[in-house]
Amino acid sequence: MVFAQVSGDVEKTITGGTLKVATAISVRNLRKVYPGQPPVVALADASIDIKDNEFFTLLGPSGCGKTTLLRMIAGFEHPTAGSLTMHGENLLELPPYKRPVNTVFQSYALFPHLTVAQNISFGLEMLGKPKAEIRQTVDEMMALVKMTEMADRQTGQISGGQQQRVALARALAPKPRVLLLDEPLSALDFKLRKDMQLELKRLQMETGITFVFVTHDQEEALTMSDRIAVMNAGEIRQIGNPRQIYDQPAERFVADFIGDTNFLPAELIETAGQTATIRLSSGKQIAARAAESGSQKGKVTLAVRPEHASIGPEAEGLLAGTLGEVVYFGTDTHYHVALEDGTGFVVRQQNRPDATAQFSSGDRVGVHFAPGIGQVLKD
Amino acid sequence: MSKAFNVSRQNGFTTIAITCFVLLYLPIILLVVYSFNSGTSVAIWEGFSWRWYQSAWQNDQVQEATVRSLIIALWASAISTTCAVLAALATTRTRKFKGQAAVFAMINQPLMVPEIVTAVALLIFFAMIKVATGYTGLAYLIVAHSAFCIPFAYLPIRARLQGMDLSLEQAAADLYATPFKVFRRITLPQLWPGILAGAMLAFVISLDDVVITEFVKSAGQDTLPTYMLGQLRRVVTPEVNAISTVLFGISVTFVIAFTVLGKIKN
Ligand SMILES: Nc1ncnc2c1ncn2[C@@H]1O[C@H](COP(=O)(O)OP(=O)(O)OP(=O)(O)O)[C@@H](O)[C@H]1O
Ligand SMILES: [Mg+2]
Repeated sequence: MVFAQVSGDVEKTITGGTLKVATAISVRNLRKVYPGQPPVVALADASIDIKDNEFFTLLGPSGCGKTTLLRMIAGFEHPTAGSLTMHGENLLELPPYKRPVNTVFQSYALFPHLTVAQNISFGLEMLGKPKAEIRQTVDEMMALVKMTEMADRQTGQISGGQQQRVALARALAPKPRVLLLDEPLSALDFKLRKDMQLELKRLQMETGITFVFVTHDQEEALTMSDRIAVMNAGEIRQIGNPRQIYDQPAERFVADFIGDTNFLPAELIETAGQTATIRLSSGKQIAARAAESGSQKGKVTLAVRPEHASIGPEAEGLLAGTLGEVVYFGTDTHYHVALEDGTGFVVRQQNRPDATAQFSSGDRVGVHFAPGIGQVLKD
Repeated sequence: MSKAFNVSRQNGFTTIAITCFVLLYLPIILLVVYSFNSGTSVAIWEGFSWRWYQSAWQNDQVQEATVRSLIIALWASAISTTCAVLAALATTRTRKFKGQAAVFAMINQPLMVPEIVTAVALLIFFAMIKVATGYTGLAYLIVAHSAFCIPFAYLPIRARLQGMDLSLEQAAADLYATPFKVFRRITLPQLWPGILAGAMLAFVISLDDVVITEFVKSAGQDTLPTYMLGQLRRVVTPEVNAISTVLFGISVTFVIAFTVLGKIKN
C-alpha cells in the first residue's frame, strides 16, 4: 500500500459511506514535558494519523521522543497536553490494561519468574481465554519466533536475541489491534535481524494488525514501513512513505538523517509549482524540486544524493572541482570531490566490469546531475 | 605516587579491630561457655554439664514464657509485615505526593523515638483501654509489638520494591492485567524474599524486646526476656546463660537466613 499523503491530514470516517482507510490511532498536538530543572520537552505538539493495517515507523536519533510517544499510546505516561484517540475512542481515559494495544518493550521486560511459555500466555490468561485456545496460540507463537524448544526455560537463561523474540511473541499472542514495537530488533545479529524484518513485515500483512514501529536505523525504516515519521528533538519533521522521505526530504535534518546527501549552496531564481530554477555556485542554472509551499527567493540549500550524481570531464559538469579520495566498495565507487567553492561533494557510481578507471586522485573533474534531481531545502 | 588510601594499613588498625571484636564477642562466648557449667555460678567454672539446659527445659515458668514469647512474636511479625507491605506499596508505587517524607518518617517513628517514650505512652494508653473495657489479655502486647516491628519489616520490603524493575509491572498492565492481578502475578512473586526477610526480622525483634514488654505486660504475662530480667533480680544461675544461648542460636539462624534471602535475585 502506498499512501500519497505527506502531511498529517485527518481522514474522517464517514459512517455508512464508502471509505478509504480508517484511522487507527489519531495523535493530536500531543505534548509531553517532564518536570525538572530545566523541564524536558520530550514531545512537542506532535500530530500523526496512523491508519488501519499500516506499518508506521517512528524514526529519529536517540532521545528524540520516540519511546515517550509510544508510552503515551500504551498508557504508561500521561501527556501534558493534546489528544489521543483510537478508532474514535478517547484513549487517554483508559488505563493501560484497558487499551487494546500491546507493547514490545525496548528493555524486553520479560517476567523473570515465569518460563518462556508462561510469559507468552500471560496476556491470554488475563483476557480469560479458554485453556485449550491459550495452549494452541502459545504453540503457534513459539513456532513463529522459533522458540519452541525453549518453552520451559526461565527467561534469564536465554540470550538477548531470544529474549527479544519472546517479547515479540508475548505481545502478539493476544492479537491486539495495534502493536507498539520499541526497537524490537536492535539486539539481534545481522542475519537474524534481516530474517526478523521480513518475518515482521509478513506477520503484519497477514494479521492486519497496525504496527507502530520505533527505530533509529534508517535502512530498517525504509525497507519495512508503509509510512515513516521522522522525528528530531521532540518534533515530527516529516511524515511520508519511504520514497517521499528519501527523494523529497522536507528539510535539511531529514535529508541528512536519511541516507547520505550532498548539500550545495545555491540561489533560488524562480518557482513554478513544485519545480524551481536555481543557480549553482558555478553560475550554471538547473531545475530542481521544491516544496509545494513555494520557497522564498534568495539563498537556499540544494540536496543531491551521491548516487544521483555522476562524474565526468571538467568541461561537461555543472560544477567543477578536484578529485580527492576514490574509495572502492565492490558494487560501487565513491568519488570525493573538492568543489571550487570549497564544499565537498561525494559521487557514488556503480561499478561495471567494462568500465575503465577514468579518473584518479588529483584530476580536475566535473560533477553532473540531471535537472529535477536535486531537492531545494528550507533551511 | 602514594598508594591508594587503605584503612587497613593505618597504624593501630589491627589493634583497634581486635579490641572491638573481643569486646563484642568475648562476653557472648563466655555466656555460651558458662551455660555448660556444672556449678551454680556464672563466673567460676566447675566442669561441663547439660544440667542448666535440662533445668530450663523443665522449668514451668520458662516454658510458659517461651510459649508466650513465640505467640506474641508470630502475631506481631504477621501483623507488622502485612502493614509493612501495604506501606511499602504506598510509598513506592504511587505518584510522588506532598508530605511523602513525613509519611516515611511516621512509618519509621519507632526507630527514632526513644523506646522508653513509646513504652510509657503505650502503658498509659492501654491503661485507659483496660479501664474502659476490662480486657487484660495478650492482645495489648501483640499490638505493641506489631507497632514497633513495622519499620523493621518495612525497610527490607521497601528496598526490594525499589529495586524491582517497574517496566515488568507496566508490561503486565499492557497485557490486560488489572492492578490487583499485576500485584498477585508479578509484584508479589518477586517480592516474597523481601517479605520473608521483613517478617523474620520483625519476629526476632519482637522475641528480643524487654523495655516495651516490661511496661505493657499485665501480671503473669512474662515473656522470655522479661522472665530472665526478673530472675536476675533474685538469684543468678547458669540457667539464664542456657536460655540466652538458645535465643542467641535462634537469632543467628534468622540473621543468616535473612542475609541469604536478601541475596536472592529475581
Ligand atoms: N522519566 C523521564 N524523566 C525525565 N526525562 C525523561 C524521562 N524519560 C525520558 N526523558 C527525556 O525525554 C527525551 C525523550 O526520551 P525518549 O526515551 O522518548 O527518547 P527515544 O527517542 O526513545 O530515544 P532512544 O532511541 O535512545 O530510545 C530524552 O531527552 C530523555 O532524556
Ligand atoms: Mg527509546
